Amino acid sequence: MVDAPLLTARGVTKRFPGVLALDQVDLDLPAGNVTALMGENGAGKSTLLKILNGDYRPDGGELVMGGHVVTFSTPHDARRAGLRVIAQEPEIVPHVTVAENLYLGKLPESRGVVSQTVLRRDAAADLRRLGFDHLLDPGQIAATLSPAQRQLVEIVRALIDDPQVICFDEPTSSLSDHEIDALFAIIRRLREQGRAIAYVSHRLREVFQIADRVTVLRDGRLVGSRTVADISQDDIVRMMVGRDLSQMYRRESHQAGEEVLRLEHVTTDDVQDVSLHVRRGEIVALAGLVGAGRSELALAIAGDRPVRSGSVTAFGKVLRCKTPQDAIKVGIGLAPEERKADALVLIRSVRDNIALAVLGRLSKYGMVSDRQERKLVATYIERLNIRTPSAEQRVENLSGGNQQKVVLARWLAKESQILILDEPTRGVDVGAKAEIYSIIDQLAANGAAILMISSELPEVLGLADRIVVMQNGHVNGGLTRAEATEEKILALAMADELDTEGVPA
Amino acid sequence: MTTTKDAAVTPAPAAPSPSTPSAARRLMHTVGLQNLSLILAIIVLVALIGSQNSSFFLVSNIKTIGTAVAISGLVALVQTVVIIMGGIDISLGSVAGLASVTSAMIFTATGSNAVVSVLGALVIGSICGLVNGLVVIYGRVTPLIATLASLATYKGIAQLVSNGRAQGYTGSDPFYLFLARGSLIGIPTLIWVLALVAVVIHLMLRYSRVGRNIYAVGGNDTAARLAGININEHILFVFGLAGFIAAISGLLITARTGSGQPVSGSEGLEFQAVTAAALGGAALRGGKGSIAGTILAVILLGVLVNGMTMLGFNPFWQNVAQGVLLVVAVVVQQLSSGERRVGLPK
Repeated sequence: MVDAPLLTARGVTKRFPGVLALDQVDLDLPAGNVTALMGENGAGKSTLLKILNGDYRPDGGELVMGGHVVTFSTPHDARRAGLRVIAQEPEIVPHVTVAENLYLGKLPESRGVVSQTVLRRDAAADLRRLGFDHLLDPGQIAATLSPAQRQLVEIVRALIDDPQVICFDEPTSSLSDHEIDALFAIIRRLREQGRAIAYVSHRLREVFQIADRVTVLRDGRLVGSRTVADISQDDIVRMMVGRDLSQMYRRESHQAGEEVLRLEHVTTDDVQDVSLHVRRGEIVALAGLVGAGRSELALAIAGDRPVRSGSVTAFGKVLRCKTPQDAIKVGIGLAPEERKADALVLIRSVRDNIALAVLGRLSKYGMVSDRQERKLVATYIERLNIRTPSAEQRVENLSGGNQQKVVLARWLAKESQILILDEPTRGVDVGAKAEIYSIIDQLAANGAAILMISSELPEVLGLADRIVVMQNGHVNGGLTRAEATEEKILALAMADELDTEGVPA
Repeated sequence: MTTTKDAAVTPAPAAPSPSTPSAARRLMHTVGLQNLSLILAIIVLVALIGSQNSSFFLVSNIKTIGTAVAISGLVALVQTVVIIMGGIDISLGSVAGLASVTSAMIFTATGSNAVVSVLGALVIGSICGLVNGLVVIYGRVTPLIATLASLATYKGIAQLVSNGRAQGYTGSDPFYLFLARGSLIGIPTLIWVLALVAVVIHLMLRYSRVGRNIYAVGGNDTAARLAGININEHILFVFGLAGFIAAISGLLITARTGSGQPVSGSEGLEFQAVTAAALGGAALRGGKGSIAGTILAVILLGVLVNGMTMLGFNPFWQNVAQGVLLVVAVVVQQLSSGERRVGLPK
């Protein structure tokens, strides 16, 4: 806080089609300080990091480093100016050594020959200098590294050429306590050396451990920057939430019917010991931050990922789904998170996409009845108000909201009684959102059991009868519609198991 | 939906527009830009060749073109199906050769029993295709590599069983004679076979549940899987079908030459088939393509080869011309997809 900031962003604005991702955001990264960057999913943290890294060009505003205005067109420009953003997902070349991965793109060579001896020696020296020598072996083949070690390779790679500004994007998400200690030690050392550090994390506990300042974003705007010493966990949560809720969709609760879906102690490769249930006519929201394991749980219920232990019961019968086909047969329909990648055949028509799961019912002797199919498709285009010039229009030409309605229509046509909707309104404009909310409401009113995954808290509060909050593959707690607030959900979503006393009442 | 009936009978993907479009636009919609350009190319080519050599228009020459494309056309039709599913099968020429040589050998061994020899060849072809499918699914080998391996293997087997020589003599059998030289209402049997297979595959792709699922698997296999489609069953079926149809073209080779040919006549069929499918608008990344387009491309290639012969080009130019056409067709496809031009294409 003594020196002038090493990096300053002024009025940074970034627009995407239909969304203002960043709106006049200011950010200071002072030398010798760790600045935590916080905000809900979609608050604009990732976009800001991508602008710092030169992945995106801002539509407005400027970056100032060392008194000069800088523009980064590529990550390479940022690197040369002494700024490194350490990605959350490490990029590793699998079948070469750790040492080669560390110096990727600038391997030490003489006359075109890379000496493995020199390479190993340099790598060992750099690892020792940074304090990671007991965690990484320069001779190890990268493919055999654990996820945590890969993350460390990414970190070491960024630190080798002594950048002055370092941005960490959720660096601890795959690290164990032991490795986190080593990481924090190096971050403290970098701070002492007068570097400027930005630290994005969803873990409140870590922010209080390592950060000096905290900067909070919400809906692409800067909420404010505070000194960590001056604020509490509650204050941070309050800064992160607080959207205008007056415009929000609020649905009437219905009388819930019998229980149709029950998970007991379900453990998969990604989630542990998850128990929950959904009744007919009920909307249960799975809340949590990105990476909490919610989508992976959804895929497991839908039969696409193996359930290692515990049981999934639907309509009173224990399921043993080996494929999505098995789950669909008992009446489970999944609208996955990545609509374009996982749900739609983009280069095919609206008709093809709606009828995809019901061709069997429409067929006789293996031939699909054209008349029945057109009738069915027309019915759902009308019922869900899908705006398309015709049923033959390619789905890729539809807007996000109408694409989502096509996915919903597929499961309505299939008459699925258990619907798992993963981020049903992601990438959907405001008008279409309201329509999708009323479709979901209608489905519940007609007796479907709905498990909805959503990262948008107003949506969760407006639609759900009950809310189950997950973090790191575990259920952290549940809230009823009456007791749920944005603060409580967010606090549960960020409460590490080790620090539950920090949850505001 | 007033144009529903039109869309149902026309082969090209029809997108009826709610307003009343002009006649030209309606033609574009029902026939499609791709097919229209193929038709245009055929017309230009025919005019060019015809102006240089008027015997090009003789009925006998048109029949020659028809019978010449029948064998490669069959393989092109089924290659289109494989490509729509997102795969590729470059072993089909070898399968045709193996089917040809075994049909003649079975014919000889059973004392000139045409029925057994035809059935035997079809079974062998189907097995070859199914093996490809099994290797792809359970060995996790990409279709290109799996069928490159079987291209060599099946060709080798055909050469082994025949010792590399033509086998048997079917030239006096009435059934094989009818296949090779017969005709119905003035149209050669070979063309009938191609037309029949084209219609069946077209109906399958467009109207059957399996065909519709093949488009879905090729267009987005994750979406297909999550919608409850058994992807493996479809892959196995398509590779099996490919082997079956390649065996039919092998039988036509036997019929035309009067004997079983292990390599001659079948080598390079897979290349012509991929070229025709790509020219016909089948997207090599899957999910898109039509039998109408492939048939037009087959005709275009047939006219081109025939014209080059008539105009006295060195026959080696044929390979150059087809190779250039294949790469141009794919370049056009890829560039229109707007992918970044960095690194290896997906």
